[in-house]
Amino acid sequence: MSEYILEMINITKEFPGVTALSNVTFKVKKGEIHALVGENGAGKSTLMNVLSGIYPFGSYSGDIIYKGQECRFKTIRDSEAVGIAIIHQELALSPYLTIAENIFLGNERAKNGVIDWDETNKEAAELLKTVGLNEKCSTQVRNIGVGKQQLVEIAKALGKKCELLILDEPTAALNDDDSEHLLNLLKRLNKEQGLTCIMISHKLHEVLSIANSITVLRDGKTIETLDNSVPVSENRIIKGMVGRELTDRFPKHTPNIGEVGFEIKDWTVYDPLNEERIVINNVNMKFRKGEIVGLAGLMGAGRTELAMSVFGRAYGTKISGKLIKDGKEIVLNNVEQAIENGIAYVTEDRKQAGLVHIQDIKSNITLANLKQITNGFVVNEDEEIIIGKDYRERFNIKSTSVFQKVGNLSGGNQQKVVLSKWIFAAPDVLILDEPTRGIDVGAKYEIYKIILQLADAGKCVIVISSELVEILGITDRLYIMNEGRVVGEMKTSEATQEEIMSIIIRSSAGR
Amino acid sequence: MKKMKEFINSNIRQYGMIFALVVIMILFGIITGGKLIWPRNVSMLVRQNAYVLILAIGMMLCILTGGNIDLSVGSIVALVSAMSGMLTTTMGMSSWLAIIISLVTGLVAGIWQGFWIAFVKVPPFITTLSGMLVFRGINNLILNGKTLPLGDLYVTIGTGSVPDILPNTIPDFLRIGDLLNLQNKPEYINATMLFVGFILSVVYVLVVLLTRQSKKARGYEVASIQSVITKVIVFFIVINIFSYWLAMDEGLPIMLILLVALYAIYTFIATKTIPGRHLYAMGGNLKAAELSGVNTKKMMFLVYSNMGLLAGVAGIVTAGRLMAASPNVGANFELDAIGACFIGGASATGGVGTIWGAVVGAFIMGVMNNGMSIIGLNVFWQSIAKGMVVLLAVAFDMYSKSKSRLG
Repeated sequence: MSEYILEMINITKEFPGVTALSNVTFKVKKGEIHALVGENGAGKSTLMNVLSGIYPFGSYSGDIIYKGQECRFKTIRDSEAVGIAIIHQELALSPYLTIAENIFLGNERAKNGVIDWDETNKEAAELLKTVGLNEKCSTQVRNIGVGKQQLVEIAKALGKKCELLILDEPTAALNDDDSEHLLNLLKRLNKEQGLTCIMISHKLHEVLSIANSITVLRDGKTIETLDNSVPVSENRIIKGMVGRELTDRFPKHTPNIGEVGFEIKDWTVYDPLNEERIVINNVNMKFRKGEIVGLAGLMGAGRTELAMSVFGRAYGTKISGKLIKDGKEIVLNNVEQAIENGIAYVTEDRKQAGLVHIQDIKSNITLANLKQITNGFVVNEDEEIIIGKDYRERFNIKSTSVFQKVGNLSGGNQQKVVLSKWIFAAPDVLILDEPTRGIDVGAKYEIYKIILQLADAGKCVIVISSELVEILGITDRLYIMNEGRVVGEMKTSEATQEEIMSIIIRSSAGR
Repeated sequence: MKKMKEFINSNIRQYGMIFALVVIMILFGIITGGKLIWPRNVSMLVRQNAYVLILAIGMMLCILTGGNIDLSVGSIVALVSAMSGMLTTTMGMSSWLAIIISLVTGLVAGIWQGFWIAFVKVPPFITTLSGMLVFRGINNLILNGKTLPLGDLYVTIGTGSVPDILPNTIPDFLRIGDLLNLQNKPEYINATMLFVGFILSVVYVLVVLLTRQSKKARGYEVASIQSVITKVIVFFIVINIFSYWLAMDEGLPIMLILLVALYAIYTFIATKTIPGRHLYAMGGNLKAAELSGVNTKKMMFLVYSNMGLLAGVAGIVTAGRLMAASPNVGANFELDAIGACFIGGASATGGVGTIWGAVVGAFIMGVMNNGMSIIGLNVFWQSIAKGMVVLLAVAFDMYSKSKSRLG
């Protein structure tokens, strides 16, 4: 038997009009953690879907050899039967079922079709112990956080006696603590149980810290497989991913900062689900025209809540405080008024709340500012097409035409459509919440350029990001938030990651 | 050729519907021995099924908001017809006033439901289920099991035609019906209908061509001249044949004027106005629409209020055609309307569907209703057939979607 547990040889997969994979060869050694990296649309998920039987045998060409045997998976059940499990980016748990029920969903512990609950709960408890999740088996999944849900997914995979575990962007939705816990768990399972893992990730530092081998895909082709036992550099991987050396991850920029354009005063917000709980506590912030201001903080620091409560009270209850724009107080009771007063908020959740996926590019761009292309009552669709084309060219939105549905675009291009929408709304204050989440390196650079252009046009730009590197790379000044309060403010040129983190930690300890 | 294929693929739903309508018409045309397409029957078909079309237009808007339906429309039809009977017969009010009050009644019923749906967030299914029971109950209270006659104007709207005011000097070459001996009698042709149809078709052609011209002049993108001319010619012919057909009967049904007007108004609102665009956006992604400044509460309120108003119109039309207000009028109307929308290509999750689709769907429903009645098919079988058609239409939709998806 060869040293490889899995060999995928010359895999080609075509969709109508697109070749998603062309002659990809991908080999995984037994007992290793193998990272699969590449830009969005490089074919990583497609390759894993071929492997797990989501795209059945016959819909692709090439061979899959698992443990020395050729496999022809027709469904996910076939691949699970031989010990391959896949955990998708969007978790597939049923929120109203308990942890134990979820772990054995589709794999019930049953005798003659009757579920043996004692056995189910006993085994579930053991699995939870293995993955280090300290929750009761009877807890409903909706009551635990995303990080813990991810652990339930892993327990579920282990419950199926899986030997090859595929994780698609497992840490994309997790904060740093949860990510670290997850990565440690993978290392431990790998060492103690000899579990082989394939991990798809955009977070290169995680890949470097955990993977034994790294395979790079680009445009549906295998570029290279790197051995990480001799440490590989991040730039080395990026070079493989984008096909060129990326010297600067952030565009160079000289800010042109004007007077204060927007101000948040004594802003306090309560949780709409629990009116006793304070979410934003007496926040004061000033934003100058032409300045990019970052909001740094851990997940749950209240940054998104702050932004949404400012954006026409889209979040929160019992809101108090003042908003001052160009020296005058403005009152925003709903999103419509916020947009009319020149405030825009680009949501962190592009898929759920940013775009209308079944509509085309042009309709999405004009949605927030239809008045602009309306003479009295009638929407001028011809004007809309021209506007769509203009933004498509200006921001290099890769698409067949402005009539393409945004659901079919890659993440980076979708984000460009969202940005186009808000730029077309002609705001003076633009709040960008996680503007580059789930976007590959090349597209990130383009998004940064757009953000800088906005600042140069004299707008107040506010960037919320969980990636400190990004905040340090693109902003001029930053506020640090923790537990709903502003705990620090500094010029970006004087800030470091360590300092920001220590301010956050000290502010938590001081309470 | 490839372009042609792409065009067909991307419009398969739209053209598939019309194709289905034509097939069903031919099918029933043959089965009924031509009776279905007799001029007499065509104008009856329009009158008989006007309610499906009116309700389907409103229902399409409800469905667009996110797959929401309105179960109460049949009961609102009943309520409005009972009101009409009470006002004109029991109270002796003039028909004009009664019609206005009846329409307001429908609107108020819609506003009532819109309030609960939009501002109290009771799911539309539940709210309108309640409305279905409540409004039917009010109808029964008013009529107390009796059937009431209606004022003259109602009957005119429901069954009347525009009188033939032009001198009947149709040249012989236009009397095709006589040559084919379609009606087994010397032909009467309504000159007014023929004239109105001709004028309409000419206006249509001019509007399409002039719009294209002016768009081109302003530098906007326009469709190729060939495709525009083909479309214009087809519609020109269809409009004239249809008006000729009606001219061989009593002429222009008043109901048809109402239907065309409603179709035009609602197509305009749905495609060309901000509320229309907001409707499609919220059906596509409610959260995204809200965060883009769409007032989704207001939209829900308006859509359901409007549904009440249209159900009121359908109520007047139905009562007028039946020439009476009765306790069980409007039963199952909601299902015909919902079925028509889904046959016409509405998505069950919202955001997809057109007024045109609702109209074609309503006609498919209508032709089936009418054709099956002519051949004397038992109502139970009629029900089964309609149910199957709705199922197959949506199944076809799902199939073609899964084909076109990239994966």
